[in-house]
Amino acid sequence: MARALSLITLRRLAIATVAVLAAGYALAFFYAPEDADQGFIQKIFYLHVPLATVALLGFMVAAVHAIRHLQTGDPIHDARAYVSIHISVIFGLAVLLTGAIWAKGSWGIWWEWNEPTLVSFLIVFLLYATYYPLRYAVEDRDRQARYASVFAITAGAFVPLNFLAVRLAEPLIHPRTFSSAGGLPGSMLFAFLVCLAGMALLWVTLIWFELDAKRASGDLGRIRRALEATA
Amino acid sequence: MTSSTAATNTPGSTAATKTAAASTAVEGPSGGPAGVEAENEPAIELAGLRRDFGERPALVDVSIRLETGRSLAVLGPNGSGKTTLLRILAGLLRPSGGEVSVLGCSLPKEIHGLRGRVGYLGHQPLLYRDLTPRENLALAAALHGLEPDAADGRIQELLDAVGMARRADDRVAELSAGMRQRIDICRAVLHAPPLLLLDEPDAHLDAEARRRIEPLIATLPDRSRIVVSHDREAAAAGADSVLELG
Amino acid sequence: MRGFAALLRKDLRVELRTLRSLPAMALFAVTTFVIFRFGLDRTSLDGELASGVLIATLLFAALLAVNRLFVAEREEGGFDLIRLAPIDRTQLFAAKASALVIYLLALELVAVPIFALFFLDSAEGLLPLALILLLANVGLAATGTLISTIATMSSARDLLAPLILLPLLVPLVIAAAGAGEHLLASGGPDYGRFGTWLALLGLYDSIFLLVGYATFDFLLED
Repeated sequence: MARALSLITLRRLAIATVAVLAAGYALAFFYAPEDADQGFIQKIFYLHVPLATVALLGFMVAAVHAIRHLQTGDPIHDARAYVSIHISVIFGLAVLLTGAIWAKGSWGIWWEWNEPTLVSFLIVFLLYATYYPLRYAVEDRDRQARYASVFAITAGAFVPLNFLAVRLAEPLIHPRTFSSAGGLPGSMLFAFLVCLAGMALLWVTLIWFELDAKRASGDLGRIRRALEATA
Repeated sequence: MTSSTAATNTPGSTAATKTAAASTAVEGPSGGPAGVEAENEPAIELAGLRRDFGERPALVDVSIRLETGRSLAVLGPNGSGKTTLLRILAGLLRPSGGEVSVLGCSLPKEIHGLRGRVGYLGHQPLLYRDLTPRENLALAAALHGLEPDAADGRIQELLDAVGMARRADDRVAELSAGMRQRIDICRAVLHAPPLLLLDEPDAHLDAEARRRIEPLIATLPDRSRIVVSHDREAAAAGADSVLELG
Repeated sequence: MRGFAALLRKDLRVELRTLRSLPAMALFAVTTFVIFRFGLDRTSLDGELASGVLIATLLFAALLAVNRLFVAEREEGGFDLIRLAPIDRTQLFAAKASALVIYLLALELVAVPIFALFFLDSAEGLLPLALILLLANVGLAATGTLISTIATMSSARDLLAPLILLPLLVPLVIAAAGAGEHLLASGGPDYGRFGTWLALLGLYDSIFLLVGYATFDFLLED
């Protein structure tokens, strides 16, 4: 019953995601004006910043799931934390790639150390990438989940601190930043917000999808083992 | 995969049986007032204890009742879960299922009530190799909240009892396995715990050493114990009841 | 509190008796200075280069200590000993983190003067830098102890600890190197953003001491 409900929800989420993303990018390309300074390449902003925002929120969400896991010991929270980090790391990779493309388009170079958000993301990505070797290195499942949760909480506390630190490291004059979401004219802001909503929906859909897939394979494994035991 | 089988009672002892039969208090050898409040409450009560490691079951449906002041021997082949059982009772490992009550504390929820009340002797001595026996015991005493002055006296007493006073200030790394075992036993009984959980206390010990440690690990009216052993006869002779695993 | 004191005393006693970590860390630092001398082809450093070389070297030497922090606990039954005891497990965290701070201070007492001898024209900025290093040590100790515990109980432990720890230490590096750059400037120490860096270090230390305090217990279960 729960499974059937979850499939219906999944389908609805997927449809909503596609709809909102399509609307958002249509707005970005056809409604929002072209940036006076950067030209067409600036449009990647509508991809890069929503990806970044949602990925960061995703890491925070993972930390919350991790806290719940330590409090209750219920493995469902660990599964949610795992999947949240997984999807956010993928989004993070996309952030770095779109950032590189944007840098190439704006300044002619593939990487810019003076772009604080990009650099912060690199560090955060390097940190969360260690989540996988960490999990694989601990065999006992309960212990693995607990260690992963402590990691997720530590990393979650780290993310805002890291952004602050990198920003402080920038030279006070002429930091080279991509345009930010603040100070945008109305039409651009509107397109941005729709894209942001679409990305958030995409994140949630992917989470739901992966959790569902995990649950299904877990069920399958259990059934298979039960069959083997009685055979 | 292990399950518990019938316990045998050694002849001539007033035994506590494995399954919950008579729960009336049993007189200890010197049944004095010290044991009175503890008499009706068993030291350990397990029903259907289960412990899995991932998909592999290590303990299945173990049930024990150990009355206060009694001794239980746990026997079984290698891999039958004896060490796992001991670690669960010591609070070092969480049970996967079943009802577990040790010294009145229900595990795993009330684990904090159990800490410091168990004397645990594992396979490997819990001794820092670069410290001396005396320093190791002082550390254990401090961790168990013993006052330094009282602890010093007790440590000396124990070292004398096991015949290690002379080597008490050499690093543990320089001692033989038998000497380390004797020190580890001192560590296990240092804080006078009401429950001893001993994994092969006789390991590495010659007859003389065994004689020395016996009074330290014997049951008392208010002290119960579980001994894991490979030596079937010695274990059965020294225990009130026996549990076979595997 | 007695558990904390006993555990800290134990660690310091063992280290003084065996000297397993400290000489190696000091030697590593000095050798690394030599490598930098040739790697950068410089015999004198100031400003951001001086700061970078010093901070990076201290950081990597610190990793040696972090890796070894729980070796005895793991191999000699220390974790069981502590888990059997009726003490708050956080006392172990506090004892280990304090030991790490002390090792780092000892390292710096040797390495920083030698660094000054090798590369600096003037020792003026070193005293305020010491304050920065002290705060950085505390932050490193907090995260280092936490990550060392996680790594110790896993199979790839020597590799895992630096891998997870280095990104976590970036804010410390930013603050320490940022301050060092100005304190070791060729024209004499400049206190321009000193307060900012102190504040960042203080924030980092507070946050990760808190995280360590709140989560360490869960690492020691089972």
